[in-house]
Amino acid sequence: MLEIRNLHATVGGKPILKGLDLKVDPGEVHAIMGPNGAGKSTLGNVIAGREGYEVTAGEVIYNGKDLLELEPEERACEGIFLAFQYPVEIPGVNNTYFLRAALNAQRKYRGEPELDSMQFLKLVRAKLEILHISDDLMHRAVNEGFSGGEKKRNEIFQMAVLEPRLAILDETDSGLDIDALRIVAEGVNRQRSEKRSIIVVTHYQRLLDYIVPDRVHVLADGKIAASGGAELALKLEEQGYTWLEQGGIQALDMEIRA
Amino acid sequence: MSNEQASKESPSVDHFVQQKYRHGFVTDIESETVPPGLNEDVVRWISARKKEPEWLLEWRLDAYRRWLDLTSPNWAHLKIEPIDFQAISYFSAPKSDKDRPQSLDDVDPKLLETYDKLGVPLHERARLAGVAVDAVFDSVSVGTTFREELKKAGVIFCSFSEAVHDYPELVRKYLGTVVPTRDNFFAALNSAVFSDGSFVFIPKGVRCPMELSTYFRINAAETGQFERTLIIAEDSSYVSYLEGCTAPMRDENQLHAAVVELVALEDAEIKYSTVQNWYPGDENGVGGIYNFVTKRGDCRGDRAKISWTQVETGSAITWKYPSCILRGEYSVGEFYSVALTNNYQQADTGTKMIHIGRNTRSKIISKGISAGHGQNAYRGLVRIAKKAENSRNFTQCDSMLIGKGCGAHTFPYIEVGNPTAKVEHEATTSRIGEDQLFYCLQRGIAEEDAVSMIVDGFCKQVFRELPMEFAVEAKALLEVSLEGAVG
Repeated sequence: MLEIRNLHATVGGKPILKGLDLKVDPGEVHAIMGPNGAGKSTLGNVIAGREGYEVTAGEVIYNGKDLLELEPEERACEGIFLAFQYPVEIPGVNNTYFLRAALNAQRKYRGEPELDSMQFLKLVRAKLEILHISDDLMHRAVNEGFSGGEKKRNEIFQMAVLEPRLAILDETDSGLDIDALRIVAEGVNRQRSEKRSIIVVTHYQRLLDYIVPDRVHVLADGKIAASGGAELALKLEEQGYTWLEQGGIQALDMEIRA
Repeated sequence: MSNEQASKESPSVDHFVQQKYRHGFVTDIESETVPPGLNEDVVRWISARKKEPEWLLEWRLDAYRRWLDLTSPNWAHLKIEPIDFQAISYFSAPKSDKDRPQSLDDVDPKLLETYDKLGVPLHERARLAGVAVDAVFDSVSVGTTFREELKKAGVIFCSFSEAVHDYPELVRKYLGTVVPTRDNFFAALNSAVFSDGSFVFIPKGVRCPMELSTYFRINAAETGQFERTLIIAEDSSYVSYLEGCTAPMRDENQLHAAVVELVALEDAEIKYSTVQNWYPGDENGVGGIYNFVTKRGDCRGDRAKISWTQVETGSAITWKYPSCILRGEYSVGEFYSVALTNNYQQADTGTKMIHIGRNTRSKIISKGISAGHGQNAYRGLVRIAKKAENSRNFTQCDSMLIGKGCGAHTFPYIEVGNPTAKVEHEATTSRIGEDQLFYCLQRGIAEEDAVSMIVDGFCKQVFRELPMEFAVEAKALLEVSLEGAVG
């Protein structure tokens, strides 16, 4: 599904990713954890093709394709979805209209017929309920005046409608209270399937209580410093990231190997 | 007060700016004109040619004399080469039908393509392209049908010249009462040499049964460069008037100086919508129309309402401030504007809201979009006179910048002479955000579609005020304007 080899990337000339390797198979949920500034968000932006994130070395293979050759909108149409840490407001553009334009652009790319507004509404109804999104939100402008929780739910709702093959959730838990967190996590869990891979980028372990990952990776200084199962996240929570820096990784490695 | 902001955008959106106006075309058909230059004889010649009554000739001559004493305004945020007013010909006779294209087959296919993109109805394409008028209205007698219906309602809708002959007392009563001949340089010039335009009269208590559009005004094919429009709404009447069209209009005159006067009596409402898409010049700023317009509405009676809505995408230079004089108590003035400048286009536009009566209200929503090297200035005056108790104004003035070479400027003037007045002013300037763009791209929406979506959203408050079909056209126009901009 996704294979990243020796990825180096800079932002504004500053090296952020310094030889990152990652392999995600279909149906897997991977969590990327790490301290602030480790490059977690950069990874998501590089995969999505955001301008200003320059790949200086390495490769990203997605479904057998060289992902770095594709334009951002082509990557989206190929099934890559990024749930933004800070969803963007687009004043005056209706939320429903926006999402239908996105879905139809993707359908067109795949050679499928576009949906008219009736067909689209039907598709959307059921998914709205799962995420406890009110009709009212759909009639407002994209993310404009949404609360933090509404914005995050809207991201996961978009994911539910667009049905990506690879979803990257960038700090989706940030700014959510526990109820909102549960709703969002529930929305994500319902979308787990053997055809869909999910990368959960998070600073805290608590999201992983609800979305239990298959693999956990610790990102530090632009590289994967350690990988393990869900228990690695707990360990991190217990010890904190400073433990990592103080040679914890070696200790952990031995633990895992043992 | 003024604040200015020059755009410094990353180069990535530069290519949005490379828009081409692909639909201008020239014609070498000769027309009957007076020799260049302006003097009293020229004014007399025009008046005589139009068989005008003596009083109107005197009115024109008076305007001409006042014009001589005035100077071209230089306070606007515009760079304009000096205009040689003696080098301009002040009368160009409408072309005879045999000089026009005889059918759409004779019209530039590229122009027809634009009409297609804009969804201009077939029967309108011919008129817009300048095909012989009779041919158009013979095939589709839509204009005549409309006239019949209006007549039944008692509404007068005709060319200004016709009105001078058929309803001289009405014209004489109202002409120049909103925009006096001495008002400003361009208004004085227009008053001296105006060619033609529209005349609308809605009698007391009548709600005009349809949107009045210049599309359907017979003999309006070429109103020329000095257009004069007068709309009168008597007590408790209503009219919605649409001016211009989204499709590019052909015109060979570089200087345009129109005057529009609106009079709303007690409880009357006038809604005036404009879509202006004159030739803006090429991408190097060569050519293009200079558009100096004086538009003003007078809420003469209590509870009268005048609402201006404009979408300005054309012209090399736009100098235009549709205004409201709120004389009657509880009268209402509104101004909704979208102005787009691209390449080397310049616009200095806004409004004046003059509150004279008590409890008067005004609302200003201005959206400026600058791209390329475009310069876009909002200039607005809100004046609350001494006696205008409890008057209110709300102004919202937003600018959007696309690309790094353009500029947005805001010049609000606020004069409050009564302590009970409430005046609010909000202003924002934003770039078409890389983050907004990326958000759309990440959802699979192509760059070009994303830009028009964001721009459309930005303009929504104004589009909403346009009559339905006009709004659809205006939206399409902005899309066409931004089309091909993505490299």
